[in-house]
Amino acid sequence: MAKYLLLKHYRGAPASVNDVPMDQWTPEEISAHVQYMRDFAVRLEGTGEFVDSQALAPEGTFVQYGGEGRPPVTDGPFAETKDLIAGWMVIDVDSYERAIELAGELSAAPGAGGEPIHEWLEVRPFLTSPPTITR
Amino acid sequence: MTAQMNEALLRSLAPSVLGILVRRGADFAAAEDAVQDALVDAVRVWPADPPRDPKGWLVTAAWRRFLDATRADDARRRREDLVDNEPAPGPAPAPAVDDTLQLYFLCAHPSLTPTSAVALTLRAVGGLTTRQIAEAYLVPEATMAQRISRAKRTVSGVRFDQPGDVATVLRVLYLVFNEGYSGDVDLAAEAIRLTRQLAAAIDHPEVAGLLALMLLHHARRAARTAPDGSLVPLAEQDRGRWDTESIAEGVEILQAALARDRLGEFQAQAAIAALHADAPTAEQTDWVQIVEWYDELARLTDSPVVRLNRAVAVGEADGPRAGLAALAALDASLPRYAAVAAYFHERDGDLVTAARLYAEAARKASNLAERDHLTRQAARLNSRRCR
Repeated sequence: MAKYLLLKHYRGAPASVNDVPMDQWTPEEISAHVQYMRDFAVRLEGTGEFVDSQALAPEGTFVQYGGEGRPPVTDGPFAETKDLIAGWMVIDVDSYERAIELAGELSAAPGAGGEPIHEWLEVRPFLTSPPTITR
Repeated sequence: MTAQMNEALLRSLAPSVLGILVRRGADFAAAEDAVQDALVDAVRVWPADPPRDPKGWLVTAAWRRFLDATRADDARRRREDLVDNEPAPGPAPAPAVDDTLQLYFLCAHPSLTPTSAVALTLRAVGGLTTRQIAEAYLVPEATMAQRISRAKRTVSGVRFDQPGDVATVLRVLYLVFNEGYSGDVDLAAEAIRLTRQLAAAIDHPEVAGLLALMLLHHARRAARTAPDGSLVPLAEQDRGRWDTESIAEGVEILQAALARDRLGEFQAQAAIAALHADAPTAEQTDWVQIVEWYDELARLTDSPVVRLNRAVAVGEADGPRAGLAALAALDASLPRYAAVAAYFHERDGDLVTAARLYAEAARKASNLAERDHLTRQAARLNSRRCR
């Protein structure tokens, strides 16, 4: 049993195959995409592998400790930031191979023209609890 | 009876009650749901009205729950009540094989993935609720509910009266013990309880070996982590905090198993744990004998992890150079390889290489406590060199 984060980037990942910005899709294509994501999550709940799914707004603010007695320092948003996270799904699966298989399926979500986007998703394992038996 | 006593009693009775329902003709999935409902009823009713025959009470309550559910299903499906045709509750036919044992086999059936087998075992054999299991494995309750109901469907066609493979059951129990998160439910203690219960149902040296292994490792639990949650390596543990009662029990069970001369991997692992438990200080550890046990273990399992652990023991027995030589024969991509290499380079006086390897090992660590520990080791060596 291992948990993996499937990370979806707005920017920072290599370009997808069907690389058309979402605002240039038809409304039906957007609905089909959203439905695909929803069905995918429901299906994973059914297989007992779903943990969490969240989407993030693109606007982010950098925050920093401002020093004793001072308010936090804020900066940004930085339009030029190279990497931008759009959202994630957390899965709990039997193997790394299964995590890769599911990420591949998620990347097949339809985009412009109803064709799979082939977007690059990043798969990151969670650090676990230490095993009880160490040696 | 206190609430804790009630819960312990209930959970120890759950598997045999479930077995009785299945032998009366209830299908496994429906019977399992009915037993869970009966357990909930008991928690509510027993404090004010304790039963004289707890098991009889549970069987009656579970059977009633099963009939109610069957009625509801039938009503939904066919709009008519066919429950009159159900077999009347009465004394169940005597089991050919122990019910509890059959449940272990079913819940660890080879058609299940390890994850599903663990979840089903904890619920059907352990009597834990879906919510408790979900919390223990940090997944949503809905996900765990689906995982369990899929597992039940997977084994629904499996016959209940045929013995299964003990080895698959032991692997599931080992997973519960070894990969348990720390939550509301103490999974290590639960694994020990389930293994103890299995050992009472079947006479098998490897079941005894696994139980001994668990007890010997569990004995070190209080000493394994510092108050801040960081890992304390075996050599640095305060051995005064090891649970001597648990060690004595583990050693006794192991000796009885070994005397039967049917060695298996869990007995060999337990023997290694017993040798550690036997050493009053880390320096007094009998590493030569530990190397011999790793040789046995390598013969039994041929696992690369075992060969890595053997290299550790060789280095402790014959010095860091011997450890590094043993390591050189192994695949450097093995988990913890870099950590072991770092340790022997430090013992050999090569602090620069050791620090670099500790940092590399930290980057590769698969759990947070180990990563933090390895990072601290690298930092310790780096700051010593800078002074």
